[in-house]
Amino acid sequence: MEVTPPFFLKNALQMKNNIIHYCNIKNNEVYLDGKKLYTGAEEDFLSFIKGVYKSFGLDYPKFYKMDTLCKLAIASSSILLNGINKEIDPNMAILLSNRSACIDVDIKHQESISQGEGSYASPANFVYTLPNIALGEISIKYKLRSENSFFIFEGFNPEFLIEYGNSLTQLGKSSSVLCGWVEVIENEYNAFMFIIKPEKGIELTKENLEKLI
Amino acid sequence: MNLLQNKIPVYVTNGNCVTPLGFNLVNNLQEIKNGQVAIDKITDESLQSESFYGAVIDKIKLKIAFSKLNYKGEFSTLEMMMLLAVDEIVVTYKEQFIDKCGIIFSSTKGNINALSTEDNTAYFLHHLAKKVSTAIGIKTEPIVLSNACVSGIMAISVAKRLIQTGVYNHFVVIGGDLFSKFVFSGFQSFQAISAQPCKPYDKTRDGITLGEASAAIFVTKNKALTESSFCYEIIGDSSINDANHISGPSRTGEGLFQSVNNAMKEVNIESSAIDCISSHGTATNFNDEMEAQAFNRAALENTPVFSLKACFGHTLGAAGLLETVISLAFADENLIPPSLGYNEDGLTLPLNINNEIQEKEVNIVLKTASGFGGSNTAVLFKKCTTDEK
Amino acid sequence: MEELKIELKEKIIEALNLEDMSIEDIKDTDVLFDEGLGLDSIDALELIIILDKDYGIKLTDSKDGKKIFQSIETMAQYITDHRTK
Repeated sequence: MEVTPPFFLKNALQMKNNIIHYCNIKNNEVYLDGKKLYTGAEEDFLSFIKGVYKSFGLDYPKFYKMDTLCKLAIASSSILLNGINKEIDPNMAILLSNRSACIDVDIKHQESISQGEGSYASPANFVYTLPNIALGEISIKYKLRSENSFFIFEGFNPEFLIEYGNSLTQLGKSSSVLCGWVEVIENEYNAFMFIIKPEKGIELTKENLEKLI
Repeated sequence: MNLLQNKIPVYVTNGNCVTPLGFNLVNNLQEIKNGQVAIDKITDESLQSESFYGAVIDKIKLKIAFSKLNYKGEFSTLEMMMLLAVDEIVVTYKEQFIDKCGIIFSSTKGNINALSTEDNTAYFLHHLAKKVSTAIGIKTEPIVLSNACVSGIMAISVAKRLIQTGVYNHFVVIGGDLFSKFVFSGFQSFQAISAQPCKPYDKTRDGITLGEASAAIFVTKNKALTESSFCYEIIGDSSINDANHISGPSRTGEGLFQSVNNAMKEVNIESSAIDCISSHGTATNFNDEMEAQAFNRAALENTPVFSLKACFGHTLGAAGLLETVISLAFADENLIPPSLGYNEDGLTLPLNINNEIQEKEVNIVLKTASGFGGSNTAVLFKKCTTDEK
Repeated sequence: MEELKIELKEKIIEALNLEDMSIEDIKDTDVLFDEGLGLDSIDALELIIILDKDYGIKLTDSKDGKKIFQSIETMAQYITDHRTK
């Protein structure tokens, strides 16, 4: 049965996905397409990421309400999407992953309800106790009404990101994919965001992803 | 390879569930037909001074049932629930486990009670996944989908996609979440917990009732493997974000509408071809109203709709999968399950709420879910005909 | 009531993570929600918690919140009239 794809994909499907841009935030440094753009001196994650936010002029007051995972996801995706100087594909899917889900805010919420008589859960905390809220924050900021999903693995899983990312474009669900490993637990963090699209770029292989993260 | 024009069919079969109504699908179906619900009044002063409503599994009965499976070692409550739910699949499909078979887990908070203990290793979702997949003998790296309340149905969609691109031949999909103080207290702070058993779509609805459950289903490209149970082809699937607010749904139901619309377009069907909708129906003011908006936009206002949340409560990461299993099992008998708690309409646009078990020939079922983070998922299932089977 | 207003401004800035804002930036009659300070539904729920935790006032209908949380002025007046702590 002939099926009309929902997006403009007929040509794109013939070409393989490549990594067209990427951003790293780790070891107190920020990189865009492999070029170092910023170094922060702060030792704790919250101060560091605030420094990144200010230095890159992200101008998004909601940032301050977010938990550590969303802060890292918004910072890395904003630097990537703002920095590539192209119109953002409205059909870009978002595919994020990590190991620790949103453990920092989970612990915060858990502590707030473990005070005995004086326990008050905070709605502003609780709303962040799901890792996929990071997808929501990116979607809202960039008005992306697209496919998105959050996965948990023991460690960075490049094969899965390639397999599932490719399936989204090959099956006509999206025309490009913002993939990411966004991991933060207390002061340990690593964000690696990359866009895959059927265009010229770095070959999308496990080896290349492991080199770039 | 042009996958769009050559999409291989993918099927779901052998669904099962573990809920307060029973530890297998057959028991659950019978209880629902007998008018039983999983929701009950609970008194637990560690959660709140007044009694409240929830759907909680009898843990003593659970342990007894689990002990009959003869697994060695210690397993958490949620792990036991999952292993019980997936047991029939393990027995039936052991041979397929070594034939490019993947495993996907759907859970929002997993072993959340481990967060408050000294050793929080068990809190990590990949740890839970590894434990269960190892116990049942699946060697591929487990995939965990933690995407709020759409996870259970989205997991089926993910499995379908990875099979259609040839990466896998089969998937075991397992979903589960617990009734916990962590989640209950959070929804309390949202003033979203209903003072009564929840009433989806009703005028007097005032919030959710939480529940716990686990469910499992087998997803495969091999139709011959569906002979021992119900068989449905996954004909359309889409998950579109509202891009509106992180905890409130879009007032116009944008993401849900687009998800439903995409799923229908994928298989080129009109809304009239859909026989019934197993909706999200959490009984909050906003969610139910949003669904009315989205379903009307998709011309589904006359299609029988039912929410299973008034029966099972909101089971979070299990919900999408549990409700799919129950819906497809009912549809297999050409029955539409009841949307309980609905007496007087409380929506600004019309929906055809099916509030009693209805006999009807059911071929195409639409399952939808929505969740925090603006997530929405719509999946269309088509009953395999007896000729094909 | 002046002290209470300052107290409220401090609490709001802290609880709602209004970084880069000081108590001088919030006028007593500024609209708190939508325009004005741009607070949203989650912030409203957070304010309800503050009312309970710090002033012993239980607001069970969040719709009442709209009137009470219109400005620092209306909040302070309501708290003065109803506080039990």
